[in-house]
Amino acid sequence: MAEPTINLEQSFYEVKNYKSPILNWILSTDHKRIGLLYLYSIMTFFVVGALLGLAMKLELIAPGKTIMEAQTYNAAFTFHGIIMIFLIIIPGLPAVFGNFLLPIMIGAKDVAFPKLNLLSWWIYVLGAIVALLSQVMGDGPPDTGWTFYAPYSFKTTSTVLPALIGAFILGFSSILTGLNFIVTIHRMRAPGMTWLKMPLFPWTLYATAWIQLLATPVVGITLLMVIAEKMFQIGFFDPALGGDPILFQHLFWIYSHPAVYIMILPAMGVISEVIPTFCQKTIFGYKAIIASTLLIAFVGYFVWGHHMYTAGMSDTALWLFSLLTFLVAIPSAIKIFNWIATLYKGSINLEIPLYWALGFLFLFMIGGLTGLVLGSVATDVYVHDTSFVVAHFHFVMFGGTGTGFFAALHYWFPKMYGKSYDNTWAKVGFWGFIIGFMMLYMPMFTLGMQGMPRRYFDYLEQFHGGNILSSFGAIILIASLAIVIINLVTSAKRGKKAPKNPWDGITLEWQVDSPPTLENFETIPVVEKGPYDYKK
Amino acid sequence: MENQVHIQAHDHYDHEGSKLGMWLFIFTEFLLFGGLFITYAVYKYMNPVAFHMAAEELSVTVGAINTVILLVSSATIAMSISAMQYNDVKLTKRLLLATILLAIVFLVNKYFEWGAKISHGIYPGSEQLMEVSRGELLFYGLYFFMTGLHALHIIIGVVFIAVVYFKVANGTVHAERYVLLENSGLYWHLVDAIWIFLFPLFYLIT
Repeated sequence: MAEPTINLEQSFYEVKNYKSPILNWILSTDHKRIGLLYLYSIMTFFVVGALLGLAMKLELIAPGKTIMEAQTYNAAFTFHGIIMIFLIIIPGLPAVFGNFLLPIMIGAKDVAFPKLNLLSWWIYVLGAIVALLSQVMGDGPPDTGWTFYAPYSFKTTSTVLPALIGAFILGFSSILTGLNFIVTIHRMRAPGMTWLKMPLFPWTLYATAWIQLLATPVVGITLLMVIAEKMFQIGFFDPALGGDPILFQHLFWIYSHPAVYIMILPAMGVISEVIPTFCQKTIFGYKAIIASTLLIAFVGYFVWGHHMYTAGMSDTALWLFSLLTFLVAIPSAIKIFNWIATLYKGSINLEIPLYWALGFLFLFMIGGLTGLVLGSVATDVYVHDTSFVVAHFHFVMFGGTGTGFFAALHYWFPKMYGKSYDNTWAKVGFWGFIIGFMMLYMPMFTLGMQGMPRRYFDYLEQFHGGNILSSFGAIILIASLAIVIINLVTSAKRGKKAPKNPWDGITLEWQVDSPPTLENFETIPVVEKGPYDYKK
Repeated sequence: MENQVHIQAHDHYDHEGSKLGMWLFIFTEFLLFGGLFITYAVYKYMNPVAFHMAAEELSVTVGAINTVILLVSSATIAMSISAMQYNDVKLTKRLLLATILLAIVFLVNKYFEWGAKISHGIYPGSEQLMEVSRGELLFYGLYFFMTGLHALHIIIGVVFIAVVYFKVANGTVHAERYVLLENSGLYWHLVDAIWIFLFPLFYLIT
């Protein structure tokens, strides 16, 4: 036979359809390779985004100009936002761990549409390149912030257009991944895996996929309208052309608030996997976690107005959005209580992934509770557009999703690479991360309360102390991230061989080889037990 | 040899799954246009008189003819799916060609309609539009953008149906495996459904 044949006992790394190693990666429709492609692209952008963040913090170490001009600072926070939001945290967990693990966790050989899956990655790369072009083309990098608010995005002379087009293209990648996952979960679960026997990470991916599908088109069309307005002078949002800039904010946040749940739900899914495994105990309130996941996804659609309390809305709209915002806090709290109840009387095995999961609980809770300050109209008006807001969403997004990402990376690393990482360095990295994180963002709460505005490259002398602390925190944080990443990279190359199931997990991914074979399972498993039926 | 399989074994066929995927994609398309319908609703509410005046410039006849054309084309593609279910490849192909033809007639109509507007100096950014009221400016902006985006969907639909036509012709799409044909039909109905909303909003609100 002339057609290539593959050996089902080899790991997927050994499967080679092309002579060139690069082509073997970028043309592969294997969900595991695509997941890793996303991992490497996202980590590359993350390094850039994190260094930009460090640069901004160094600028803020003292009042006045320290290392960059005001305009450079504006470009830096815009680029930092675009990279972190559109290129990292939105695709983030679903694209990396969803791709790698979803099929394995539900007992399938691949996703429903493998070619479409590869296309999503290609669209992601295309969108990223177009967005990056904004940095080198035209009259300087964009300075609008990642939100592209009208009418400034029409007035600025900086190169906004490629960034807008890039974000528009990236939306397609997100939609296609979501679509793929929904069909995969509906059609490809292993025999016996009913909806209520599905592990929680796939459940959160399912809820996330629906948000990706139903919210992304709205921002897509909004960005397209801004593009058309800039290119053809079609009046949409520019008051000079009769448009309403507040409408832009509404349309933008109709997507971008649910997008927050695209970012956090999969991280919550990861935590729901890690905690039962390291307690060797079934998760407390499995159904409550599913219900709260779906509830967050649903209610999350109706709270976008809380980004616009000071933008000009009727009083009725203000209190309604505030009420709904408080409602969405309830399902999040349900999850926290469930995780803590799972830990109670469990056989706790304090390994690195559990460190990160507990770090998630701690940081996410601070982020969530400060979110209530912002959700309440009266207090929000006071701290709106101050560094309090910046601290809040970094606690939720970086402390929540970011920490969840590292929990997932440390949890599934042995499965993905078949190697173990160095525990000592991993612990050093983790503690450095937590200490640096707290030092960096905690002072920003107080600075915001005292009135320090966000997005300013300069500040009054009275804010100096807090900013010094915050900037040193940033240095510690970046150094710890470097330790974490270098530890994982060297372990992937030279680490000790990991056993098939190092954590005694019982979900399906721990029953396949590490690293898995091309088709994951020799025979498709039949599922009889619930996902967390430990002996306890 | 038992552990050796062909890579082709990877290629599985799931009629229901593919259709589900298409439906999900159609949801996203509706939401894409949904953002525009919201914008339309807001600006119509803010400028009722200007929208009324501007809409009078559009020809109801041309709009009505295009509506009929699209409705008929939806019927022809639906019939082509039925023809495929009866395994009548020849009829399937004819009906697909008819659909493509009707779509092209729609686009030609649209071309002349837009052309007439542009020759009267009504196009985004034109001097004439800068002088009319802001409400009328918004109306024409929405008109060109929404019908333009819809026309783009027609073009994509024509390409999609053409691809399906060739796959029917060479036998890749056949009576046992015709989900691609069915999906192209779903897509075409979507394009039709959006037009059903565009027609009254722009042509009939006078």
